[in-house]
Amino acid sequence: MAEIQIKNVAKTFGTYQALHDINLTIADQEFMVLLGASGCGKTTLLRIVAGLETATTGEIWIGGRRVDHLAPKDRGIAMVFQNYAVFPHMTVFENIGFGLRMQKLANDEVKRRVERTATLMHIEQLLNRYSGELSGGQRQRVAVARALAMEPDVILMDEPLSNLDALLRMEMRAELKGVLAESKTTAIYVTHDQVEAMSMADRISVMHQGKIVQAASPIEVYRNPAAEFVAGFIGNPPMNFLSATPAGNGKWTVAGETLDGPNATAPLQFAIRPEDMQLADTGLKATAKVVEPLGAHLLVTCDVNGTMIRAILDSDHKVKPGDVLTLAPQPDRVRWFDPQTTLAVA
Amino acid sequence: MTDAVAIDTGADTRKWGKYLYVSSVVLLCAWVIVPIYFLMINTLSSPETVSSFPKPFFPEFDLGSLKFFAGFAGMLTALKNSVLVAGMTMIMSILIGAPAGYALSRFEFRGKGTFRLLILLTRAFPLPLLALPLAVLFIRTGLDDTAFGLALVHTTLALPFAVLITFSLFSGIPIELEEAAWTLGCNRLTAFTKVVLPLILPGITASAIFAFVISWNEVFAAAVLTIENRTLTAFLLQNLDTSPLHLKFAGGFILVVPALIFIFVVRKYLFAMWGIANR
Ligand SMILES: Nc1ncnc2c1ncn2[C@@H]1O[C@H](COP(=O)(O)OP(=O)(O)OP(=O)(O)O)[C@@H](O)[C@H]1O
Ligand SMILES: [Mg+2]
Repeated sequence: MAEIQIKNVAKTFGTYQALHDINLTIADQEFMVLLGASGCGKTTLLRIVAGLETATTGEIWIGGRRVDHLAPKDRGIAMVFQNYAVFPHMTVFENIGFGLRMQKLANDEVKRRVERTATLMHIEQLLNRYSGELSGGQRQRVAVARALAMEPDVILMDEPLSNLDALLRMEMRAELKGVLAESKTTAIYVTHDQVEAMSMADRISVMHQGKIVQAASPIEVYRNPAAEFVAGFIGNPPMNFLSATPAGNGKWTVAGETLDGPNATAPLQFAIRPEDMQLADTGLKATAKVVEPLGAHLLVTCDVNGTMIRAILDSDHKVKPGDVLTLAPQPDRVRWFDPQTTLAVA
Repeated sequence: MTDAVAIDTGADTRKWGKYLYVSSVVLLCAWVIVPIYFLMINTLSSPETVSSFPKPFFPEFDLGSLKFFAGFAGMLTALKNSVLVAGMTMIMSILIGAPAGYALSRFEFRGKGTFRLLILLTRAFPLPLLALPLAVLFIRTGLDDTAFGLALVHTTLALPFAVLITFSLFSGIPIELEEAAWTLGCNRLTAFTKVVLPLILPGITASAIFAFVISWNEVFAAAVLTIENRTLTAFLLQNLDTSPLHLKFAGGFILVVPALIFIFVVRKYLFAMWGIANR
């Protein structure tokens, strides 16, 4: 049992507040992804959980035990560092076995575990090399193997696959997920790659400027973003926004069209995903500006009343720049945001 | 036409520049090497050859002078004292200097910059200024004329360098390596001994040798603070006017050798300390 609770954690470096009042509970065996742009505080939060950084305020609980005052080695965690931190004076074997030797495990047990994790990470042929003789991607896999070999209750990973090529990354993603599920490890996984986040996470915590904006399942984060930031950050291309003015009785005027919406009196932001609009007889009038064929789809960037939006259409449609399209938003996929608070409106 | 002339003069200046460069290099090398070479020739010649003229250009590999040196009353004791004092200086300056260097590189504390400056400032006090009060203090505490007392003084001389060299060594080791060790079951001490120490050991050795040589070469404090237990430098200084020529050569040679070895061992780390790029 290793549930992680982060309670009211804040962190300031000098005068700079890197984390604001973070509250997050990660269930036992859950795979939690911290997703956010560079500099939003992901590494800082991970280091606080690991015990490498002390929170300015707040508490960390792991497995029902308050760990704030404990050294990293007493927290039952293993960590993969963003810049690998592979020991240069040891071979790959010694690196992976380092934590096991510290636990004073028997030689054959160390050997067994090192070889198993090395095979898992596809580095079994590199066991006798030194870190200086490895590529960045290989070093990164050594770092992951070193953490996995510990068989910890909690594993903290800081962008562990960032340096692999696309194919290997896809393969590793699936394997890592499988291994962690099998070993019943609770994981916090930091990334700024949303595809990685979507495909691996049980839950995603989207971070922005030191705050957690939304913590929910990948599909929830995608379909029902809690804030404009999430809507604009997740999805490739991200959600489209258009300003909407109330027309009374739950009717809204968006770019000259009247649409159904929530009951409110102040202007809102209308939001729709590019793939949730179809060509139809009635809808938003959009002038195509750029047409990018993507194989199965067409990505069309178009101008709606002076605002640029993107639509993903079936590639059977013949669209040229300059064409005027009529795009009908799928009603159940339309979302509304309050421009004042930037939060979603039900 | 004018072009050709311009090129010619350009090539000419470049040629002259090159001559100048090469000859200054040769001159500088000769400046350092020639005296050492003569020192070596004279040391490895028989006492008779040393006093004769003209001098040979190649050593005879006669160990007469060195034998005489070894047999000279008190010389071997002085040599032993020198080794003893330098050894103690080396150990003490690393034991005190390395933790200070570690703290400087790893922790943020108030007055860090001032502290670094103050370390260097200790070198600003000329030893003769301190020698008299030190001698009085040592006599009071019973440290006078002991190898340990002298080693203490030499440690204060060597310490600034030990701190600054180890500081730059530790700064070269990413903190993440230590942090990784902490998450893998190490405490601060084991992470240091298992990860940091093996990585900086060559540098520590160099800085230890540096401390050794500083003590080895130091003559003023040694001459003032010891009477019976003289180190080699102080002993040679004391007997300089009375001893025969070949003894001076042999003693000088014995004194120079460790310094030479040192230069070769630690040059890389000295460059690192001064921030000069090196290979
Ligand atoms: N030791 C420190 N001292 C001062 N500021 C720091 C320190 N560590 C981090 N910061 C600041 O805190 C903020 C968050 O940093 P953090 O490393 O957590 O970002 P991140 O989300 O991991 O970014 P990336 O995706 O680039 O790794 C940054 O603005 C950074 O400059
Ligand atoms: Mg980071």
